[in-house]
Amino acid sequence: MTDAAATGARVSARGWGWRHAGRPDWAVRDLDLLIEPGERVLLLGASGSGKSTLMHGLAGVLGGEEEGEASGELEIDGSAPANQRGTAGLVLQDPDSQVILARVGDDIAFGCENLGVPREETWRRVGEALETVGLDLALEHPTSALSGGQKQRLALAGVLAMQPRLLLLDEPTANLDPEGVREVVEATRRVLDRTGATLLVVEHRVAVWRGLVDRVVVLGAEGGVLADGSPEQVLTGEGEALAASGIWVPAHPPRRPQRRNIEAGPPLLSTEALAVARTRGDAVQSGVELFVAAGQALVLTGPNGVGKSTVALTLAGLLPPAEGTVHAHRTLAGRAGAHPIRWRSRELLTRIGTVFQDPEHQLLTGRVREELAVGLRALKLGASEIEERVDELLARLRLAHLADANPFTLSGGEKRRLSVATMLATRPPLLVLDEPTFGQDSRTWEELVAMFAGLLDDGSAIVMATHDEELIEALATRTHALTPQREAVLS
Amino acid sequence: MSVTLERRTSAISGVNPVAKLATALLVAGVLVLSIDWVSATVALGLELVLFAFAGISARTFWLRTLPVWVMAPLAGVTIALYGEASGRTHLEWLFVHVTDGSLTLAIATVLRILAIGLPAVVLFITIDPTDLADGLAQVAKLPSRFVLGGLAGLRLVGLLIEDWRSIELARRARGVADRGRLRRLPGQAFALLVIAIRRGSKLATAMEARGFGGDTERSWARESHFGGRDVALILVGAGIAAAAVTVAVATGDWNVIWARS
Repeated sequence: MTDAAATGARVSARGWGWRHAGRPDWAVRDLDLLIEPGERVLLLGASGSGKSTLMHGLAGVLGGEEEGEASGELEIDGSAPANQRGTAGLVLQDPDSQVILARVGDDIAFGCENLGVPREETWRRVGEALETVGLDLALEHPTSALSGGQKQRLALAGVLAMQPRLLLLDEPTANLDPEGVREVVEATRRVLDRTGATLLVVEHRVAVWRGLVDRVVVLGAEGGVLADGSPEQVLTGEGEALAASGIWVPAHPPRRPQRRNIEAGPPLLSTEALAVARTRGDAVQSGVELFVAAGQALVLTGPNGVGKSTVALTLAGLLPPAEGTVHAHRTLAGRAGAHPIRWRSRELLTRIGTVFQDPEHQLLTGRVREELAVGLRALKLGASEIEERVDELLARLRLAHLADANPFTLSGGEKRRLSVATMLATRPPLLVLDEPTFGQDSRTWEELVAMFAGLLDDGSAIVMATHDEELIEALATRTHALTPQREAVLS
Repeated sequence: MSVTLERRTSAISGVNPVAKLATALLVAGVLVLSIDWVSATVALGLELVLFAFAGISARTFWLRTLPVWVMAPLAGVTIALYGEASGRTHLEWLFVHVTDGSLTLAIATVLRILAIGLPAVVLFITIDPTDLADGLAQVAKLPSRFVLGGLAGLRLVGLLIEDWRSIELARRARGVADRGRLRRLPGQAFALLVIAIRRGSKLATAMEARGFGGDTERSWARESHFGGRDVALILVGAGIAAAAVTVAVATGDWNVIWARS
């Protein structure tokens, strides 16, 4: 992109703050910040420090007085963001929620249309944007058939076609596998080199953007700016404090647990010529031979869309095998029979616990305390025992202060801890975890991993589907790498 | 959910979706006026001839129109058994009353459902949602916010179906799936609603961040053509309707619903 778009925008905040309607606390307050045209800034801060609110404010999508209350000034090139649509382009975290139209070309053109760009110019920009983000796809290609990394690059292209002078990226790689992360970072680098746009990126894994940014700004949980300077300066000076607040700082990685006991116990589950399918007749993996023993962690790896989750959910007795068998050994099955898919829902509780990728899918009640009691009630335990176990879990997973909160209102890390706790409540000897550390901050990660290690030491078994390399190094007894077995597995 | 079926591979797929919509509505609008068997037969006969030129494979045609073929006789049987009685009685048992009148009415109904349903299906299966939205906004001049909001929302349907499946599996994992499916439904529906609202508001933010809903007059990257072929399709529809009415009036069978005694 050339001409008018060749320079970046200047961002300035003077005593800026924002309070969402109906909330007692300010999401951002007393923010003073000046970003010069063309700077590439990594924005850090503990969860709740208002990073996303600032991004939304700069993108002009916070809304008017009905949505909340503003204080101070927030400006792009000297005027309010809401008055200059298209100057700032925002890419968000969730790949699925950003795809707007059904075809790649139409989706990229959407922003241009809204800005009233003439037709020929729009399509010229679409072609250029596709090329810049490295998506080698036909304009007619369906957007539903893209991988997570491709979807994020599509969102980047859609923003790019609007010729923004300020690029706002709000954790754009948090939901991606390592390959997808690399794709998005490289695409962003090309975009910045060609446009000279100013960059503001939020991400709690510092290493991802370290090579691309020239400045790091840390927002304080109590408002204002905590630290500001070159990456070296900030990460050396504040590294330890940042790591303690949950940010992934390469020099201060989360602690890995010491395993006390790595001996394998009796066999719990094995498969024979297993084929798995999310929907009937649509097998994504076949000929899977696996074996799980007490005290062991089996990790399923492989690229997005390869069928890791489907294998995990089949082992967990939730999806019926498309072919072959999942065989539960006597130690695990007890009197329930050898086939987990035939167990009753209640029988699963004390045998296999499953933690879903999206915690919201498994929430059932309006209070955290109730949520933890669901499985225990289904087992018809006594009221005092239920209370005892719930209190113990609340304390162990640092959820006690949230006991009466609505589970849907918790932060990402809190929701994850809760979903794990609901499964631990009924003490199943086998845990199946689907991307348990996805998008988690380093503090939650450390806690989760320590807890999983403790469970393994005590003789539980874990099956997990993940591409978190650090998690694999910390816990895996064995890994089983899945490779794509057919063409259209990306969805 | 992106539905792109038979896109640009058949004769009528290139026709503007607005023209298809108008044609289907025109034929249906005229045929519901009367319930005689003559007008429906004439319309159905002409339609069946025209389907041969639509360029849709036989397999697709039968597969997609199957619900209409199933529905029509079912409606017919119901009317034969319970329809307004007149003339000779063939069978009488409790509320069942099969007469000459109810049989005639049943035949007319079956023909009419086919005559209205088949062209609607044939026209609609070749409509791409994006093209329809373009047409509705540019040709029919409906408000673009409304049309594009609906189009983007349609894409969420696919995601929500996935969510629903995960919610169902999760209930089993949580130990609460032994109770009846029906009793669990309200809870699951509520969970889906919460997730749907979240997805919807995220999508709305993404759209707004791309300038949607601003004051600038929108441009259109895809022009929705409305030309000779589109007018021709509507004329064909009008011709079928006219022929059906003319023949029925000539034979004296035309029988406007509200004029029935």
